Amino acid sequence: MNLQISPTTIALSFALVLVGVFISYKEQLGTAKEILYSITRAVIQLVAVGYILTYLFGIDSPLVTIGLVFVMSFNAAWNAHKRSNQIPNSLKISIIAIFSTVILTLTVLVLSGSIKFTPSQIVPISGMICGTAMTTIGLCYRNLNTLFRDQRQQILEKLSLGATPNQASRSILRETIKSGMQPSLDSAKTIGIVTLPGMMSGLIFAGTVPTTAIMYQIMVTFMVVATTSLSSYIASFLAYRSFFNDRQQFLG
Amino acid sequence: MALLEIKQLSFESEGKKILADIQFTVESGEFVSITGPSGSGKSTLLKIIATILSKTNGELLYNGRSIEQYDPIEYRKEVSYCFQSPVLFGDTVRDNLSFPYEIRQMAFDQQKATDYLGMVGLPEDYLDKPINALSGGEKQRIALIRNVLFQPKILLLDEVTSALDEENRQIIWHWLQEMRSTTEMTILMISHNEAEAALADKRIRIVDGKIVHKEELQNEFAN
Repeated sequence: MNLQISPTTIALSFALVLVGVFISYKEQLGTAKEILYSITRAVIQLVAVGYILTYLFGIDSPLVTIGLVFVMSFNAAWNAHKRSNQIPNSLKISIIAIFSTVILTLTVLVLSGSIKFTPSQIVPISGMICGTAMTTIGLCYRNLNTLFRDQRQQILEKLSLGATPNQASRSILRETIKSGMQPSLDSAKTIGIVTLPGMMSGLIFAGTVPTTAIMYQIMVTFMVVATTSLSSYIASFLAYRSFFNDRQQFLG
Repeated sequence: MALLEIKQLSFESEGKKILADIQFTVESGEFVSITGPSGSGKSTLLKIIATILSKTNGELLYNGRSIEQYDPIEYRKEVSYCFQSPVLFGDTVRDNLSFPYEIRQMAFDQQKATDYLGMVGLPEDYLDKPINALSGGEKQRIALIRNVLFQPKILLLDEVTSALDEENRQIIWHWLQEMRSTTEMTILMISHNEAEAALADKRIRIVDGKIVHKEELQNEFAN
């Protein structure tokens, strides 16, 4: 380990945040308060989670691991649901999408031997899957709302020609899934060239040899692509139906 | 038995009465014109018949059966609604004319599509023309072909000629006449054009959501 970090060094690096506060004051952006609030929240949350994780990792029980994954998945589903802008059943849809994605991805990773079923490996990986799925699903909800509103007449015309809601929504679904996946595909293209991802940097920082860190990063990249594909596909296909009633009428 | 029977139909939206006590019948093969001032509920009536909207009260029978008893998807393939100022899909005319085939899971019949293009005065190569290169009149013609490629039993036309110039209006009007003379298609058409309305078998005038005038006409339209 070649880490030099300590509470003192962190306190000193707080100077970096002050740069943001200074710019905010100088340009009268009005974000100084928000910067300080966000930073304070982040510090409190991270410190708390640090202690909780240390304790839970010490327990090393499969039940606790499953419980943690469950709580993280539910939180992610709840947050994705809040971004749905009142799409009916969005909590149920988010839960199905996130839980299926988490279960499937973790199963593949554990069975392939890439990670072990221990809290210290499952919890961080689940966090990445949940976070990615939550962002993707939120993006899908936003796109569905926008596209169904903008293409209202097109949907009505397709229905009036005898299309099913699925046939009438096909182009919107395609676009939604594609744009839900786009950010992760874009970052996969520039990985290592423009960005050195957090996990890889963290491992190298902590003294792991770059090739091992890179192998883990490759695994994470696969996982992120699978997560965005799965979660956007499941959420979009379950959510589009909420825009229609039982009489196959468009509710927008 | 009438093809379409509407009994004491009403429609309310957000507490506002849009249609009240609408009652009339349509026989198979009839051409019915619906006139009335803007905002009188004419489009709403056609959308209810097309099942795009649901009535609030009353009865709507198609072939003697309540429309609620039909599968809406199958029903809409028989009772087809064409919008005023329609929106075309995809990129080209082909995307639009192949759509009715796609939803029936059938292979696109290019010959039939080009035949229909010819009937409305558009050349064969229009099939691959980008939709944003079309004029308003051309878009309206493509949208109409989209509705009639599989010959619905009832064609609901919502002011399809009102935004068009005289030349385009004539093209569509003559085509409709031709279709009426060669098929059994029943047409309900909202029109502001008195000359068109006068050629119908039946004329219905709606004002403030109520039928104020119903008239059977003798006309030569089908001939």
